[in-house]
Parts: sequence; structure tokens; C-alpha cells
Amino acid sequence: MKDKLKIFTNGIFKENPVLILLLGCCSVLAISVTVSGALGMGVALTFVLVCSNVVISLLRKIIPDKVRIPCFIVVVATFVTLVQMVVEAYLPDLHSSLGVFLPLIVVNCIVLGRAELFASKHSVGDSFLDGLGMGIGYTIVIVGIAVVRELLGNGTIFDQRIIPEGFQIGIISQTPGGFMMFGFAMALLIYFLGKKGKKFEPRIGCDGKCGSCSANCESRITDLPKDEPAAEVKA
Amino acid sequence: MSKQTVSVSPHIRSSRTTQNIMLDVIIAMMPAVIASGFLFGFRAILLVIISSAACAVLEYGWQKMMKQPVTVQDLSAVVTGMLVAMNVPVSMPIWMMIVGDIAAIILVKQLFGGLGCNFVNPALVGRLVMMISFASSMTTFTGSSGIVDATTSATPLANPSALGWDQFLTLFLGKHGGAIGETCALAILIGGIYLIVRKVIKPIIPLCYIGSCLVFTFLFGGANPVMQIFAGGLLCGAFFMATDYVTSPITNSGKVIFGVFIGFLTAVIRVFGTYPEGVTFAILFGNVLVPYINDLTLTKPLGGIFPKKEKKKEAAA
Repeated sequence: MKDKLKIFTNGIFKENPVLILLLGCCSVLAISVTVSGALGMGVALTFVLVCSNVVISLLRKIIPDKVRIPCFIVVVATFVTLVQMVVEAYLPDLHSSLGVFLPLIVVNCIVLGRAELFASKHSVGDSFLDGLGMGIGYTIVIVGIAVVRELLGNGTIFDQRIIPEGFQIGIISQTPGGFMMFGFAMALLIYFLGKKGKKFEPRIGCDGKCGSCSANCESRITDLPKDEPAAEVKA
Repeated sequence: MSKQTVSVSPHIRSSRTTQNIMLDVIIAMMPAVIASGFLFGFRAILLVIISSAACAVLEYGWQKMMKQPVTVQDLSAVVTGMLVAMNVPVSMPIWMMIVGDIAAIILVKQLFGGLGCNFVNPALVGRLVMMISFASSMTTFTGSSGIVDATTSATPLANPSALGWDQFLTLFLGKHGGAIGETCALAILIGGIYLIVRKVIKPIIPLCYIGSCLVFTFLFGGANPVMQIFAGGLLCGAFFMATDYVTSPITNSGKVIFGVFIGFLTAVIRVFGTYPEGVTFAILFGNVLVPYINDLTLTKPLGGIFPKKEKKKEAAA
């Protein structure tokens, strides 16, 4: 049970897809201007991630190794198309505010990355939890950044005016502000994950070969499960 | 500043400290500040005082909060604060200016490790942040109670072709709209000469910058290149910002490259760009390139190995 919980919380904290794995940053920077858009994007991505993780995990013994990426994309695209049609039909405002980033979930690094790294190697239940954890981790980050950006940059939250007109700091809702808030969020998470007097060192990007590694991370010896080589993921 | 390091000889004895260099810079900026008081009224001086106080408080607060040694007494934060204030129009709301101060001190200076580690000029980022965030407040130039008319007047750079030789005195004395510290060319020149005489700065960067800006503006067919030197923030930028030790090249040849390059950029932005003023962007872009310029113009130590060969050896090993 504890293992399952760890799979779930991994995506929210220690292996947060956006702030630690640095995947899917593009949509975070672009969509986090408004809270409603960010929430919509987060929910859409979580749905796609959970569904694709489950389906890919179910098919993991059938999919031939050599063509696995196209297979993953086909599965992901199916769910993205579904989401897109639903959003377009029922939430046209959200659809127009997300714009191209909704169809772009197909090639979102988080979805593909989790399919490749986790779902294709783990059981259905684990993959479901992983997808849910990663999706929630993504949603928390994008909504958190959006709250700050919309509040300071535009003076509103969910289009409700909170800071009176004329007291906005425009740069925060523009592109440079997105990068700044992204950096601050990353620093905050690493600060809170650090143990007393010890800086948190993400163990992402290593292939689990502790023998040839010079880094002194907390999971140095044999903490890594054998079937989870956290190989480097290129965004 | 508390860290003492010992390096190999020869050593140079000098009574120069960060504090007295910064004090010299503050003295050098005084003429411009006083001139702004005459031109725009008391509020201009008030802005300068508030901004430098805000920067000092921010730096003190940040270093206390982060449990770092407090270095406010080296006065660099005060200089940054004064420069931020000199870059805003006199009608600027105070809270907006403090946003600029936060961007300068926290974002650029302290987050990157304090004085000596900032990769670009803090005051210019402060200006840039204010420029992007509060475009209308930053470009509304009114004189509140000074000599300058109370009517809104754009910076002369907005329409450079209207600048004739007959307006030279107006420009030189700063009787036109603009940011509070950049209009009076005379005061800035006095300050600049003071810095050069006191050997705080070498004249290379300002001369190359202003000279190349003049030449390139002329070459690109900009209107009234000589007048454009005295309009806008070029002089202020050339003497007080481009010469910042941390963000300008070390070697003399590097300083020449740096000065000519930012002069070129300023001219390009002024003549072809949509912004009337290009000093901020030019200096910031130049700042980013400084490490590369330093690398290119590295002086060879006497009897030292030629850097290229050293690199090859490393590669072979």
C-alpha cells in the first residue's frame, strides 16, 4: 500500500513533471496566464495522461518494441481528440483560450515520457496511479503559477477583480513573467523538499548506475527498483 | 566583501574600496539629480531619495532573510536606486518605481549572488521591467513645477527630424521632456568628467559608445545624428550604466568592442526600431555578451602559454 502511495505522490513532489523533470514547460509558460485556462489545461492533461497510461500499460506486451513511439502517439492522440471534441462542444470559451495547446497535448513530453518510462513497464494499477499523480502534479503547478500571474499581472482571479484597476504589474502576465514565476516555483519546491541543512537533489537523469556515478544522492545504493531505469528524457 | 583571499604576487596596494568607488559614483550623479530638481521640481529629488532608500532596505532585508553577510554599507544598492529613479519620468507613481527597485535588487542582483555576480546591469532591468509593465506611465513626460512646461511633451527622440541646431541649448541644458536624470546633458557630462578624473571609470566605453552611436546613426541615415546624442538616455547610459564594473569587459580592447557594439545597437534601434529609445536594450544585450568579449580579448600573461595550444593539450589529454 505504501508503495502505491509513493507512486502517486512521486508525481506531485519528488518527480513533479514540470518542476523537477522539466517536461511540458511550453504549455505551462503559455497557458498559465489565466487561472481558468490553467485549470482546464490541467484537467485535460490529467485525463489524457491517466487514460493513455492505462491503455498503454494494457497493451505493453503487444506493442512491438521497435515501433512503440508511434503506437504511443496513436493512443494518446485518440484521447486528445476525445478531449478536444468535448471541450469544443461544451466549453467553447476554454477551447478558444487554450488554442493550439490542446491538440498539442498529443506530443506533450509528460504524456509520452510517462508512457515510455512508466506505463510500458508497469502494471495497469501502478500506471493509473502514476498518471493520476503526474497529472495532479502538473495541474497544481500550472494553476499555482496562474494564480500569481493573473493576480499580479491582471488583478483578477477567475475574472473576478481583486486588485483595483491601475495597480497591475504587466510584465508578470507577459512572457518574461512566466519564466520568472516558473523559476520561483522551481526554487520553492526544491527548497521545501530539502531536508534539514541538506539540499534536495533530484535523482532524475541518472540511469541507476550508481557504481560509475560521482553524485552523492540520497538513493545512492540500491534504492532504485530494477525495472525503473529513470533514463534521461529529452524535452 | 568579508571574504579575504590571498593570491600570488605581484600585489597592488590601493586604498580603493567598493564603498569609496560607489561614493564617487553618487557624487558624480549629484549634478544630474540637482539639475532634475531645477527642471522638474522637488518631486524629482524625492523620487531619487525614495528609490535609493528602497533599494538599500530591500538589500538589507533580503540579506537578513537569507542569513547572508549584510553588504548595504558598500553603497552599491544606493547607486542602483539612484539610477532607477533617474530613469523614470517625474510623474511616475512611487509604487511603480519600487517595483522597478525590486526587479533591480532582488531579481537581478541578489538572486544571482549579490554585487559582482549580476549578469546584467540591475538598474537597466529595473527600467525595462517598468517599461514593459507600465508603458504609459513610463512615457508620460510632464514637468510638474519646474521649468519644463506642465503640458505633456514627448521625448525629443520621438520625432528626431524636428531637432534643429537651434534647439541645441534646450537639449544641452535638458529643458525638454524625458526621464528625470537623463535630460540635462551638461550635468551628466560634469558627472562623467568627475568620474574620469577620479579614475573611477576609464573614458574608453563612453567615448566608443557615443562615437559609434553617432557614426552609425549617420550611416543609417537617422535624422540629426549629433542632436540625437544629446537627446534621450544615451549620455546617462554611456557614463553611468555601460561603465558598470561588473557588466563591462575587463580589457581595454574588450571595452572598445563593447562600446562600439552597443553604439551600433542603439543606432539600429533608434533608426529602424519601433521604440524611440534603444539605450536600455543595447546595453543589456551588450552586458550579456561581456563574458564572451572577455574571453576573446584575454591578455596573454608574460611567458604564458598561448591559450589555443593550452586548449589543444586539454583536448588531447
